[in-house]
Amino acid sequence: MRHLLDFQGWTRPEVENLLDTARVMAEVLERPVKKVPALQGFTVATVFFEPSTRTRISFELAARRMSADVVSFAAQASSLQKGESYKDTLLTLEAMGIDAYIIRADSAGVPHQATRWVKGVVVNGGDGRRAHPTQALLDAYTLLEALGTLEGKKIAIVGDILHSRVARSNVELLPLLGAEVWVAGPPTLLPQTLPGARLTPHLEEALAEADAVMVLRLQKERMEAGLIHLQDYIAHYQVTEERLRKAKPNAPLLHPGPMNRDIELEGTLADSERSLVNRQVRNGQAVRMAVLYHLLVGKER
Amino acid sequence: MRFKAELLNAEEMRRALYRIAHEIVEANKGVEGLGLIGIHTRGIPLAERIARYIREFEGKEVPVGILDITLYRDDLSEIGVRPQVRQTRIPFDITGKALVLVDDVLYTGRTARAALDALMDLGRPRRIYLAVLVDRGHRELPIRADFVGKNVPTAKNEVVKVKVEEVDGEDRVELWEKEEA
Repeated sequence: MRHLLDFQGWTRPEVENLLDTARVMAEVLERPVKKVPALQGFTVATVFFEPSTRTRISFELAARRMSADVVSFAAQASSLQKGESYKDTLLTLEAMGIDAYIIRADSAGVPHQATRWVKGVVVNGGDGRRAHPTQALLDAYTLLEALGTLEGKKIAIVGDILHSRVARSNVELLPLLGAEVWVAGPPTLLPQTLPGARLTPHLEEALAEADAVMVLRLQKERMEAGLIHLQDYIAHYQVTEERLRKAKPNAPLLHPGPMNRDIELEGTLADSERSLVNRQVRNGQAVRMAVLYHLLVGKER
Repeated sequence: MRFKAELLNAEEMRRALYRIAHEIVEANKGVEGLGLIGIHTRGIPLAERIARYIREFEGKEVPVGILDITLYRDDLSEIGVRPQVRQTRIPFDITGKALVLVDDVLYTGRTARAALDALMDLGRPRRIYLAVLVDRGHRELPIRADFVGKNVPTAKNEVVKVKVEEVDGEDRVELWEKEEA
């Protein structure tokens, strides 16, 4: 791969190869010295035109654990406020000798555009509603850790599917590994179609015999826009202990965070042994180390 | 490439490893605090065999770990092809141990250097020995092996191929010559 923007054109062996590397990186993270010299001499920039805490820190730590130099750009404290364009911002960084750009933007397609402006490699750190590939990779990694294989497994993704880049990337990636993906949410928060997934407005249908359940954050702005009423959502779509009985026994729970306890997910479940939320965060670093390794090592400079 | 000579056959390989096993125990004055670390790929079966021989004549188990040095290579930022990273698995605490790094061929010394860096990140061994089946010379770093199966003076355009039963289906060491393009 030249950049990581989404999973279009990816093959199963490519995904498996990347996840194998992530397994090695996870072992590095368990060592007394959690650092290897593999990316010494490379400079990685996190360019976040949209705020983020966990993804940015996860990428920065991943790069540092591989001995890359890291610079961090946040739109809130930058010349973007003075009217500089995305393109000029990236060209300024390019002039400083950046090898890899982790780009997050609120509009879809910015990382794609960036590949035309800069020579360095581009990783999509989340763009609009479109894609969040490293989140999907860490979800797949966490699911594989919990289930052993995704072949023939039913994965239910629940919540605001329409606006979720996490859901979209997972729907692209998980079927590549053999999973059957169901998505469920209120009709106002479901897209018309979503190639690769089975759509349903009925939570119970998605949960039935599910091997794992991924719960998405309910975003406040959707309520303000009148797309849903909070109490209706909780009544019909909150993942509760009782509803989870429809899924396979002990089916693990995933959540990309940040989590609204007792809204999309019953609070007690979030802290239960079924919850893999902390594993996801931990695995995120290993997966991002693997992505940077695959993109930067062996690349012509 | 053109085949030039057989450097070691299966029996000679067994004898060389058996001798190395004895030398290791001799140098360490027994097996107390000893650990073997095989470097991917062929260093792993060689380390396992040395451990087996030590068990045969000492009646004691020596732990064996495996080490991948890819992330420590000093040419990673320059090479054209990304090498596959493999698992490192050392199922014992290396701090305070006398470790023996085991590899098939010692050439420039860069693999050994990378392995030393990797081990230092994993703990603080009491000392580290280096054991190789074949030392072919042409060192680029000040590194030497403590235990050597066979010293083979080679030319730069020659290639030493170590074959082991566990990976290649046979035990044999061969010398090949690269043909001019």
